[in-house]
Amino acid sequence: MKSMWQRAGVVGAAWAASQSALADYAYNLQPPVSQVARDVFHLHNLIMLVCVGIFIVVFGTMFYSLFKHRKSVGHKAAHFHENTTVEIIWTVIPFVILVGMAYPAAKVVIEMKDTSNPDMTVKITGYQWKWGYDYLNDGVHFYSTLATPRGQIDGTEAKDAHYLLEVDEPMVVPVGKRIRLLVTANDVIHSWWVPAFGVKQDGIPGFIRDSWFKADKIGTYRGQCAELCGKDHGFMPIVVKVVSDEDYKAWVAKKKGIAQTAAADNGKTFKLDELVERGEKVFQANCAACHQANGMGIPGTFPALNGSKVATGPIDAHIKIVLHGGRPGTAMVGFADRLSDVEIAAVVTYERNAWNNKMGDAAQPADIAAARGGAAVAAAPAAQ
Amino acid sequence: MSDAAHAHDDHGHHAHPTGIMRWLTTTNHKDIGTMYLWFALIMLFSAGTMALLIRAELFHPGMQLMHPDFFNQLTTMHGLIMIFGAIMPAFTGFANWQVPLMLGAPDMAFPRMNNWSFWLLPVAGIMLLGSFLLPGGAVAGGWTMYPPLFIQGGVSYDLTILAVHIMGLSSIMGSINIITTILNMRAPGLTLMKMPLFCWTWLITAYLLIATMPVLAGAVTMLLTDRNFGTHFFNAAGGGDPVMFQHIFWFFGHPEVYILILPAFGIVSQIIPTFARKPLFGYASMVYATASIAILSFTVWAHHMFTTGMPVASQLFFMFSTMLIAVPTGVKVFNWVATMWKGSLTFETPMLFAIAFVCLFTIGGFSGLVLAMAPVDIQLQDTYYVVAHFHYVLVSGALFSIFAGIYFWLPKWTGHMYNETLGKTHFWLSVIGMNIVFFPMHFLGLAGMPRRIPDYALQFTEFNQIATVGAFIFGFSQLLFLAVVLKTIKGGAKASDRVWEGAEGLEWTVPSPAPYHTFETAPVVK
Repeated sequence: MKSMWQRAGVVGAAWAASQSALADYAYNLQPPVSQVARDVFHLHNLIMLVCVGIFIVVFGTMFYSLFKHRKSVGHKAAHFHENTTVEIIWTVIPFVILVGMAYPAAKVVIEMKDTSNPDMTVKITGYQWKWGYDYLNDGVHFYSTLATPRGQIDGTEAKDAHYLLEVDEPMVVPVGKRIRLLVTANDVIHSWWVPAFGVKQDGIPGFIRDSWFKADKIGTYRGQCAELCGKDHGFMPIVVKVVSDEDYKAWVAKKKGIAQTAAADNGKTFKLDELVERGEKVFQANCAACHQANGMGIPGTFPALNGSKVATGPIDAHIKIVLHGGRPGTAMVGFADRLSDVEIAAVVTYERNAWNNKMGDAAQPADIAAARGGAAVAAAPAAQ
Repeated sequence: MSDAAHAHDDHGHHAHPTGIMRWLTTTNHKDIGTMYLWFALIMLFSAGTMALLIRAELFHPGMQLMHPDFFNQLTTMHGLIMIFGAIMPAFTGFANWQVPLMLGAPDMAFPRMNNWSFWLLPVAGIMLLGSFLLPGGAVAGGWTMYPPLFIQGGVSYDLTILAVHIMGLSSIMGSINIITTILNMRAPGLTLMKMPLFCWTWLITAYLLIATMPVLAGAVTMLLTDRNFGTHFFNAAGGGDPVMFQHIFWFFGHPEVYILILPAFGIVSQIIPTFARKPLFGYASMVYATASIAILSFTVWAHHMFTTGMPVASQLFFMFSTMLIAVPTGVKVFNWVATMWKGSLTFETPMLFAIAFVCLFTIGGFSGLVLAMAPVDIQLQDTYYVVAHFHYVLVSGALFSIFAGIYFWLPKWTGHMYNETLGKTHFWLSVIGMNIVFFPMHFLGLAGMPRRIPDYALQFTEFNQIATVGAFIFGFSQLLFLAVVLKTIKGGAKASDRVWEGAEGLEWTVPSPAPYHTFETAPVVK
């Protein structure tokens, strides 16, 4: 029995070698760049081979019968039925084949689940509809959003090569390092999937699940969210840049510099048009998916902001909704944890001064800081 | 129809209501079976139209025809309506017509409950289809209804929960009826192990339904209270767990898969011996294989959840138990092939669909085996590979067996032969169209296209275009099926009592068309 599956393994490996030359065409599993993905690739080839073999034997027999045992060629029906020996044979043989398949599969399962001894850990959070990355060892944090322009999706612009598989801020990791992933989600279930690494892990709100990969080739690898997470499920890709160790260190240093500049901005006061300009970018990245670039929302599903009571009403209430979310049960979540004071100030100001909303007032980072503090005090008694 | 009813009245030993009241108040298993089948056909066309809209949007990369949210509504409702509105009611329709005829029983055990279990269905069907008109549109969270996404939706989500409850009630009542009929109303001498295999598969299916429908009802009720009454079954912030829903759902959902295919096994096991003119090879092993599949189906549910991040031991257990199901399924396929072996085969339309079923269902079984391997599944979970897999088992499996069954028994039901040329044309268009739609989806899934996305990256374009062309061929071919059925009801060559040369069983001893009341005195089976 053991030799049987080993033989099958050898044939499978030969098949895999012939396949890898063709692997660039989009009809097979993507070329693997981690050991786990390679093992999955070979496991798939092996079981495909077994299935094709069984298919040919069983349906070869059936089609022989369909041609030879037909009434139109004068075949008379035999009347045999029930044969215990035959029935035992065709129960036992599949069982033995399955045991032969289960053994290599179990080895890969154990390999995939072994998240011990990582070189670094990254926490990945799924949001509707973007990914957040926290580098727990290096203190880097950022969000990663679809970079494909709206015009390409709507067909007013030509689509580029990485249409729907490109992001503003890719995840960057060093080559040849064991990277442990802590995957979770903020709102609904998402699934972080990069086929080339053989990793697909659901992000479950309120829980953390781990997975790992070790990429063994420098390059850019692309994946997508794999769990239906609402309207823009198809528009939250994953891009991972695998770089050399030095490039990774340089990238970490650069990201930290940007974070310091952003922190300094929180203490400043801005002019109205500065806030509107910055707010438009924040709006496009965070709000336009539902409320739409023209501020009109989607009737019946997502409310319009153009002329809305919130965006043209008291500014404190407006800030509160952006910070802490809308009515419970709606898709409007709070952005208190996701956006900095200056970003929230900018987007609130933008919403109050864009389209037909000509409020002329501005929220400053200091107002947001105050609203954050105030809310914490207000929430404390309510919790009791 | 009302003319026929009038004619019946004139003979009048008891006064039947006429017109719509005949159908609303009927307790006759044949009337109810007919209504189930028409309801299933209407739902098939509704959900099929949704599938064509989905395929039309996916013909080109980019958003052309609809908004992503409407796309999600279409995929969700296509799934819910096909499963609960088309396939399940169609099989119940077959059970209503055939189980009493095959057992030599005058009717189902509980005729009034039978009426009630049918008439619940149109109510649920109208709720589901009508939810497209509500503010926010129909449910867009996937037919699997995973929270927390399902908690976010509008009023149509609550309406869908109610519809699922109603359809579950209908299924449970239908199952009670079928079990009671089979266990108590067989003709003298017709022991369980002499019963036609269709009755056996339905008996086992009915037990699966009674065991799992309440589980689904529990799961959707928890969704309802989480949505409306502040409970936190599936909300981690309140101590709940979103993954618990998936465990409960798939504890229903995996046996449900067999609910959708065991009656198909039964239909095909009636048809193949008839056209091979040779008894079913291993009757007893077919019965045991069906029972084994049903029992194993309760131990495999978490193979739908390998990517949620289960412990190694659970992954291994669910992988092994899932692979084990291939053994009894293999026994069935070998039995069908052995039944054809050295028969005297003819290829009328029912047989063509049955042979296509055996071949193509097995392809779906093989892709199921590929998916059973947990590491491979983790790559392929939620991709088009899975879409290809379950459409091979549900379209070329369940749906093709329904077509086969309709062509097989329609002459008995209507008294007319269908047009063989048109039937065969329908078969070839369906089988070719079906493979053009779903075979390329294997490649899309392997290459990395997620399912349930309204727009896709450019490397997936060609296979999506092929699939869309196939979908339109397959979809529009079904209008031909409708035409064949209507033509056969209106007229055609007179069908003999036995209809098919190789037909065996009590249903072929009554006249064609089967009279309104059959087996008022029980036949004796030797």
